[in-house]
Amino acid sequence: MSVELKLVADKLTAYLSGDIDHHTAAAMRTEIDHALRTNNIKILTLDFSRVTFMDSSGIGLVMGRQKLAAELGGRCRVADPPAYISKVMKISGIGRLCEIIDTRAPVRTGPRRDAAAGGEEE
Amino acid sequence: MKKCINEMKLSFSAVSENEAFSRACVSSFTALLDPYISELAELKTAVSEAVTNCIVHAYRGQQRGTVWIHMRLYSDRRVYIKIRDKGCGIDDIDRAMQPLFTTAPEEERAGLGFAVMESFTDRLRVRSSRQRGTTVVMEKTLSEKEKDGYTDLQDTAAGGRELRAGTSLC
Repeated sequence: MSVELKLVADKLTAYLSGDIDHHTAAAMRTEIDHALRTNNIKILTLDFSRVTFMDSSGIGLVMGRQKLAAELGGRCRVADPPAYISKVMKISGIGRLCEIIDTRAPVRTGPRRDAAAGGEEE
Repeated sequence: MKKCINEMKLSFSAVSENEAFSRACVSSFTALLDPYISELAELKTAVSEAVTNCIVHAYRGQQRGTVWIHMRLYSDRRVYIKIRDKGCGIDDIDRAMQPLFTTAPEEERAGLGFAVMESFTDRLRVRSSRQRGTTVVMEKTLSEKEKDGYTDLQDTAAGGRELRAGTSLC
C-alpha cells in the first residue's frame, strides 16, 4: 500500500497502489489530506489504476476526500478504477458524488497508421 | 444435500493488520475449487467487509478480541463462510443493514459493508445478540468448470476473456 502525490499548479493527483482496506486507508487519508490542506487545490484526482483490492473502506476514502476538497473550494474525481473495483463503486453510487474518469488512451482500431511508426498521412 | 469436500477453521486477533491476512486465507482456500478471478475478488471483498465489522464495531473500546472464520467447500462448488465475533452485538440488524447506515462516521465508514456482502454473495444471514456477539454466514456457488478444453477462460461482460485464478498459480 502506498500513495504517490503529484502536484501541478492547482491540480493534485494521488496515485494509490496496493490493497485499500480499513487498515491501509487511514495512512492514505493522512497523506492526501496533508497535501490538500497545505496547497490551494482546485482538482484532486484519486488514481486507482494501480489498486489491487478495495472494499467499502475505499468508498469512505473517496467520500471523505470529496468532502474535504469541497470545503477547501475544490473538487475530487476518481481515475481509472480496474473492473473489480468499479463493481464496488457502482454498488455505492459514488459516481453521483464525484466524477469517474478514464485517462487511458483509447485503443485505435481503424486502418489509420501512426506517422511516428513510419506511415505517411495523406 | 451436496457433500462437504473440504473444511477449515481459523481464529485470529481482531486487529486491523489481520484484514489482509483473513482475505489471503479465504482466497487460497477457495482457490482449491479453481474459481474465476472475478468470483475470488467478490468473495475477498465480502469477507473483508465482515472481518472489518468485527474489528471496527464488535470489539470497539475493548483491549482484545478474537474473530473466527469457518469455511466449507461443497461438491456442487458452493462456498460456505461463517464469520463470528464475541463482541458487543448489533441492536437492530435491519437498521444496520440499511445502505449508508454507520455508527462510525468518524472513521469514514461508508455504511456499505452489508450491502457489499449481499451483492457479492448468493446468500447472507446475520445473527446477533447484545454483548454475546454476531455471526455472519455467506454462501456463494462458483460457476461450473467447463469440459470442452476451454477450462481457463470465461467470457466477460466487457467482451474479453478471463483467466481462472488457479491457472495463474500453477
